Amino acid sequence: MKVVYFAWVRERIGKGDEDVAPPAEVRTVGQLIEWLSGRGEEYAHAFEKAKFIRAAIDRKHVKHEAPIEGAREIAFFPPMTGG
Amino acid sequence: MATIRIQREDFDAAAEAAALTRGRKDVGAVVTFVGLCRDEGGKLEALELEHYPGMAEEEIARVATEAEQRWPLQGVTAIHRYGKIAPGENIVLVVTTSSHRAAAFEAAEFLMDYLKTRAPFWKKEHNIDGTSGEWVEAKDADDRAAERWS
Repeated sequence: MKVVYFAWVRERIGKGDEDVAPPAEVRTVGQLIEWLSGRGEEYAHAFEKAKFIRAAIDRKHVKHEAPIEGAREIAFFPPMTGG
Repeated sequence: MATIRIQREDFDAAAEAAALTRGRKDVGAVVTFVGLCRDEGGKLEALELEHYPGMAEEEIARVATEAEQRWPLQGVTAIHRYGKIAPGENIVLVVTTSSHRAAAFEAAEFLMDYLKTRAPFWKKEHNIDGTSGEWVEAKDADDRAAERWS
């Protein structure tokens, strides 16, 4: 699946998107955040305050409990500041 | 029915409002809201707005559809800019039209409240003293403003 990052999540990780293949036991958005956090310091830094990180699956807002099965694109970003 | 645009270029608020009333005789109220970039007491050189292409349009469209279901609106236009925006320049436009003013006022406010907490945009500050920017932090007050509609 493709993951995309925005704002300071993108800056901390150092890239805007990537393809990842998490193991089968990673079933939810929250578990994906935990799994990504283990990939290196930059990821751990980006996700250190995990509960503040917002997520979207295929361009729709989701909660951390949401299942990731079948997702094509999962986005992670800070709370939004548009308008 | 709603017109949603995400664009780098500026917009013309008067022209967008006129487009919603042109050739119609049933519109009784037009509410136009424009959000501008502030200079934050003279320290800000520009805001840089990042967005999630695709989702930004879709999310604002979802909010507009919700507004159309809640109020008897005749027209909705929402335009949000991205890229570097200097103090004094436009950031966001919401125009609502209805037969009566209450629906137009309330729907415009609803659209702005929801857009601020749900549309995937992020602001980074660039300061005049050259210090590169901090990302603007989301405000609890914006969340509370959105919650009052639920």
